[in-house]
Amino acid sequence: MYVAVKGGEAAIANAHALLADRRRGDRSVPALRLDQIVEQLGLAVDRAMGEGSLYDKELAALALLQARGDLIEAIFLVRAYRTTLPRFGYSNPIDTGSMLIERRISATFKDLPGGQLLGPTFDYTHRLLDPAIAGGEVPAPITREADVEQAPRVTDMLGRQGLMEPDGDTDPDREVGDLTREPLDFPLDRDLRLQALARGDEGFLLALGYSTQRGYGRSHPFVGEIRIGEVEVEFDVPELGFAVSLGRVRVTECQMVNQFKGSAKVPPQFTRGYGLVFGQAERKAMAMSLVDRALRAREFGEDVVAPAQDEEFVISHSDNVQATGFVEHLKLPHYVDFQAELDLIRRMRAEHDAADMKEAAE
Amino acid sequence: MSQDFSHQEPLLRVEGLTKYYGSRLGCAHVDFDLWPGEVLAIVGESGSGKTTLLNSLSATLEPTSGKTMYRMRDGQWRNIYELSEAERRFLVRTDWGFVHQNPADGLRMTVSAGANVGERLMAVGDRNYAHIRDTALDWLGRVEIAADRIDDQPRSFSGGMRQRLQIARNLVTGPRLVFMDEPTGGLDVSVQARLLDLLRGLVGELGLAAIVVTHDLAVARLLSHRMMVMKDGYVIEAGLTDRVLDDPREPYTQLLVSSILQV
Amino acid sequence: MTTTAQYNFAYLDEQTKRMIRRAILKAIAIPGYQVPFSSREMPMPYGWGTGGVQVTASIIGPNDVLKVIDQGADDTTNAVSIRAFFAKVARVATTTHTSDATIIQTRHRIPEKPLGQGQILVYQVPIPEPLRFLEPRETETRKMHALEEYGLMHVKLYEDIARHGRIATTYAYPVKVEGRYVMDPSPTPKFDNPKMHMSAALQLFGAGREHRIYAVPPYTEVVSLDFEDHPFTIQHFEDPCALCGAEQVYLDEVILDDRGGHMYVCSDTDNCEERRAAGHVGTLGMQEAAE
Repeated sequence: MYVAVKGGEAAIANAHALLADRRRGDRSVPALRLDQIVEQLGLAVDRAMGEGSLYDKELAALALLQARGDLIEAIFLVRAYRTTLPRFGYSNPIDTGSMLIERRISATFKDLPGGQLLGPTFDYTHRLLDPAIAGGEVPAPITREADVEQAPRVTDMLGRQGLMEPDGDTDPDREVGDLTREPLDFPLDRDLRLQALARGDEGFLLALGYSTQRGYGRSHPFVGEIRIGEVEVEFDVPELGFAVSLGRVRVTECQMVNQFKGSAKVPPQFTRGYGLVFGQAERKAMAMSLVDRALRAREFGEDVVAPAQDEEFVISHSDNVQATGFVEHLKLPHYVDFQAELDLIRRMRAEHDAADMKEAAE
Repeated sequence: MSQDFSHQEPLLRVEGLTKYYGSRLGCAHVDFDLWPGEVLAIVGESGSGKTTLLNSLSATLEPTSGKTMYRMRDGQWRNIYELSEAERRFLVRTDWGFVHQNPADGLRMTVSAGANVGERLMAVGDRNYAHIRDTALDWLGRVEIAADRIDDQPRSFSGGMRQRLQIARNLVTGPRLVFMDEPTGGLDVSVQARLLDLLRGLVGELGLAAIVVTHDLAVARLLSHRMMVMKDGYVIEAGLTDRVLDDPREPYTQLLVSSILQV
Repeated sequence: MTTTAQYNFAYLDEQTKRMIRRAILKAIAIPGYQVPFSSREMPMPYGWGTGGVQVTASIIGPNDVLKVIDQGADDTTNAVSIRAFFAKVARVATTTHTSDATIIQTRHRIPEKPLGQGQILVYQVPIPEPLRFLEPRETETRKMHALEEYGLMHVKLYEDIARHGRIATTYAYPVKVEGRYVMDPSPTPKFDNPKMHMSAALQLFGAGREHRIYAVPPYTEVVSLDFEDHPFTIQHFEDPCALCGAEQVYLDEVILDDRGGHMYVCSDTDNCEERRAAGHVGTLGMQEAAE
């Protein structure tokens, strides 16, 4: 008796058991602990938190472990967990101006109030593989007390001189959108656009940002400032009538300063591209700010000619959880549709052959 | 080509049409009536405001002030800027035509010539394939495109053929008013003459009203009954085409005619 | 660990379910209209039925009986996986019998057995916009629906006939619902289109990645687009099912060897099994009996 070869429950269970085995690997090698991942693979944890849009290092580490180190799979796990969490409300906007800075650089000014702080950066390391890293002891870094001197944002300093456009003219009473609660409706306002970019795929945004530098939607960018550090998250409790601190999160902020010639209404001034990401994610924050500025083309009356300037194109394709799902769904069975196509092409070929025979006979 | 239209009711009434781009003037205080079957040429150099005027008249641009009243098929007069988007789009694909200078702007370059002509029929509800195809074949014939090209895409057509296809695509629903923006602009001189001949025949035969923007006075001479000369956003002279070309009154028109007109 | 994951009945939180139910009610009120909704991440990838799963999760109750099919079959991997998901998070009864189910979630097929009143068919939809491949822009397609500008849809069908002599769309064949909205029936073969027309069951469509829900209420007119002189037709199979002898059903082609040997069997496995249980036999069954 013929039995159609189709996957069943047993096949799935077996496959998952094998996956669990491969995830654990050789049992004689000690299993990774979550704190090891949090401490030693911190940037991967940061990326899973950023694109997973959930600030929880342990959950991100668990996701990374469960995903065998596959970042997009880990991001997916974090997102699928996040979406089920109840929503109590929205925090107040964080103030990056009063950040506890660990790294802060500006490419537009040699020196500035608060100074340039290199922080824990790969910049200026020579990319030479170092066998000593594996298992080696690392001497403690040199630290000093934090400066009492404030480090004002570069864009604020330019803004006070009128050289920089104001930081958005949104009505302060307007409720900020939430792309995880409302369907996207193009064209988007900038709040939703920035949310989408903040959780967008780093690789995709990097490539788009790069494309603007190569002439596809050029915006003459300068890094006004990048700052990485911890900020306080505050939550307004209506019963108390004041904001309480929920704790601190580490973020990376990039403010790109771009050229703009001005128009009939507006005198010449610099324009902004903005990037803000959970954790230490400098490449992502920079790419995001380039793409944010490119997407503001219409606002400034610039021609929309390049992919990075096309909001529907960029935002519809920036989410890697959506993208990976749809690309990978191609491996699901499609034989019903394929059968329909097979049937049609056979008929058309038969007609084609019949026409050829007839022609030959004539 | 003079003709008396005055015994009929006009098709289009333009009153005080003005368009500013910020503080820059596009065109100002344009008034005229257009009668059914009448061809009006708008001539002027580039930057004179003639394309702004055409785009405002065809509701592609919203003017800063002024009205364009159109007599609908049911006899009602409507200001085209007050039509709903649904009404305006319906008008554009049934009762109006728009012939672009670059045929690629008015054609679907990746669908066949037959479908290009048939699209407007399908848009107004024609659901008979044979009828759509026969109508498309008839129109390809009328614009001198060989019947065996019906399933080819306009990508494989020459410039002149594309322009003729664009004309067929516009005329298939029997519009009463056609806007043309430099319809012979991108073509070789020999091709231009043939296209003008064809257009003149079709316009006369179908009794079409048309507004033709051109910088070429020869096109105005061949196609239009009446013409308006524009300079710096203003209409500086208007009248019957023969009168304006043979006896220009404004010094600027005299200059245009003496320097360009060799027909 | 900071938290142990706790999940609500049917996975989604109640706020989300209410939001999705509102979208479903709106979709039922405007048959064929794509209602935007705030799609959530689901624990299965986008493109694998997240829209259908969200719809099912929002309407399912503890007394429902769920059937899940993919390609017409209950035992395809993705159908098994989704059925197991609901058995776990909602602890509902599941079935493979079409007539026993109150909710049937499907990918790519409509069951052969006509559905009855009170049944709900939930479709998984990858691309809800029937105009998408003619016009990539959402802002433009939305306007085309609003203004009922569907000429372009027929341009595509015209091109098919001009090029191939017939309409060459075999699945995801566009339909017009209640004389108003043009709708994508999801990638079901056009063989199934007539089953949507005047169906007694409620048909719900969920597209998770594209954030859209739409619906065909019971007893609604669903007409496949065509030309008067090239009317819509469905696929016809020369041979009956090799296992149960059924005709007028959709068949899968099964390759038997590498010399072109093949046979056709029912795509709807439940229908096929019920027929065989009732004593119907196809050519393969007869051979077996003779051996």
